[in-house]
Amino acid sequence: MQVSSFYSAHKNTTIITMEYMWYNCKDYLDDVRQGTMKELFRRAPKAFTPGEQTPDQQTPDNMWVKCPTCGELTYVKQLRDNLKVCRCGHHMRLSAVEWTGLFDSDTFVEHDGNITPLDPLNFVSPKDNYAQKLRESQLNTGLYDAMIGGEASLMGQPLQVTITEFEFIGGSMGSVFGEKIARAAERAYELHVPLLTINASGGARMHEGVISLMQLPKVNLALARLGSIGMPHIAVMTDPCYGGVLASYASVADIIIAEPGARIGFAGRRVIEQTIRQKLPANFQSAEFLLEHGMIDMIVPRNEMRLTLARLLRLYTTRDTSTAPIAADV
Amino acid sequence: MKTAFTAWDKVQISRNVQRPRTLDYVRILCDDFFEFHGDRRYADDAAIVAGVGRIMGRSVMIIGHQKGRDTRENMKRNFGMPKPDGYRKALRLFHHAEKFALPVICLIDTPGADPSMESESRGQGNAIAENILVMAQLRTPLVSFVIGEGGSGGALAIGVTDRIYMLEHSIYSVAAPEASAAILWRDSSKAADAAKTMRITAQDLHEMGIVDAIVPEPDGGAHLDPENTVRKVGDLLMNSLEALSTIPTQTLLAQRYQKYRVIGAFNTLTTNQHGNGEPLVFP
Repeated sequence: MQVSSFYSAHKNTTIITMEYMWYNCKDYLDDVRQGTMKELFRRAPKAFTPGEQTPDQQTPDNMWVKCPTCGELTYVKQLRDNLKVCRCGHHMRLSAVEWTGLFDSDTFVEHDGNITPLDPLNFVSPKDNYAQKLRESQLNTGLYDAMIGGEASLMGQPLQVTITEFEFIGGSMGSVFGEKIARAAERAYELHVPLLTINASGGARMHEGVISLMQLPKVNLALARLGSIGMPHIAVMTDPCYGGVLASYASVADIIIAEPGARIGFAGRRVIEQTIRQKLPANFQSAEFLLEHGMIDMIVPRNEMRLTLARLLRLYTTRDTSTAPIAADV
Repeated sequence: MKTAFTAWDKVQISRNVQRPRTLDYVRILCDDFFEFHGDRRYADDAAIVAGVGRIMGRSVMIIGHQKGRDTRENMKRNFGMPKPDGYRKALRLFHHAEKFALPVICLIDTPGADPSMESESRGQGNAIAENILVMAQLRTPLVSFVIGEGGSGGALAIGVTDRIYMLEHSIYSVAAPEASAAILWRDSSKAADAAKTMRITAQDLHEMGIVDAIVPEPDGGAHLDPENTVRKVGDLLMNSLEALSTIPTQTLLAQRYQKYRVIGAFNTLTTNQHGNGEPLVFP
């Protein structure tokens, strides 16, 4: 492309000229956005590939997904190749099973997959029936509750993990949720390995009442014990992380990583707006807002998550003293 | 024969403006007390009062929520809803208590943590979480009394203790009844239904094994005879501290771990769950 002649023909306003240039370079831009150019230079393997996606009920033919931020339709396979991140940078929510793709191939082994929720309060109201809600969510997600826990390795480094499933009653924290994190933390303590929690939750599960609330100390007690042997807890906050999850383990993790644009807070936006009776700024409670206010360590886009975690783990696990570079490190 | 109250009645009693609050307990129980102020980071939050005092010859750290009795005092004390500064004041004094081997007495009486833009910006979730984490491993005995409303994380932030006691007409909930109704049914006017469904009374929590004992109140509620109610709390407190002080620290911490570790209602099956989605494919 003849940049110089193009430029001189439009030099009246540099900014507009530059934009024209970019417009004509759209194909190139697309390559950059999709990371193909970057890979040309880095020759690094893709960060990770999420598993096969379940059919999306919201799109009629299950072939196209609409981005809630920019409204652009993306072909479902292309979106999956791009880790469900839209071209505009919007990070769509992953299911718990999809997140297991973060780890080394075939290394994720689920633990405590047989723990199922009960209905301790016999929660029945005219509008809401907990037992029925549990059954529906179990059918929809294939999970007994809003969390899977297990062990895995990340670029060869062993760790314990828990992953929330937001589609299961808003990823809410009840007895099973608390028990699974506590057990994962206890396993990490016994095996001397780090703990990774991947979180998306609306908060404590209302239907289990104060028993849900008591999962907060239960989890933190187990984490305190893990911390006492110098093993780190790394929390990844994805959209959204609210209430009980934030007020217990996620916000006191040794390292807190958020995905771009994730909404994170203690009280929900609606509650605060009702309390102060005014609209909140758009970026309020976004990952970027929290970074600015010193509440999280870093924001990491999804395609860099695997490498970031692997590099962090290498820095903290004393067992591996070799200086060998990890696979994708350049 | 005592009057039988519904859960919603108890919500009202627990919020009665004449009900004894933290400073009433301090006034009646302590023969000496100094209130300590500030979190040394940003501010002093009047929604939490804290200080060192002496009860029946024993030096103790007292930390409690404080509601107001009139509009002006309620503005000052933010209706007993602490901001991060309040929790961080408590955090500072937890460490202080540990350093000087003072047992910690927490008096819980809050509708919940302050939900405002200011509190969010300064890390409300983190402030609560930090307190829970520190209380979990604090090397000194901790005792808490729910004297009024035990509102969610706002209560728990000073509520992770070796013994938990509740007054007869106090409540403890995962979210205030109004908030519960708003979250569950998007209708805060159904608060009475929520109070009943969510099982928030002292009796409910005692039945669930979360609360160690219930302190009886005079018929109709503590506000009808504050002095007497507070004395009863004082007696139980002294017995409790007496018992806890004989337990070696390591055992105390192990027991605290176990106390919370066993809370939870779940079933264990022989079959595993199978989350939707295919096995993973790696490049």
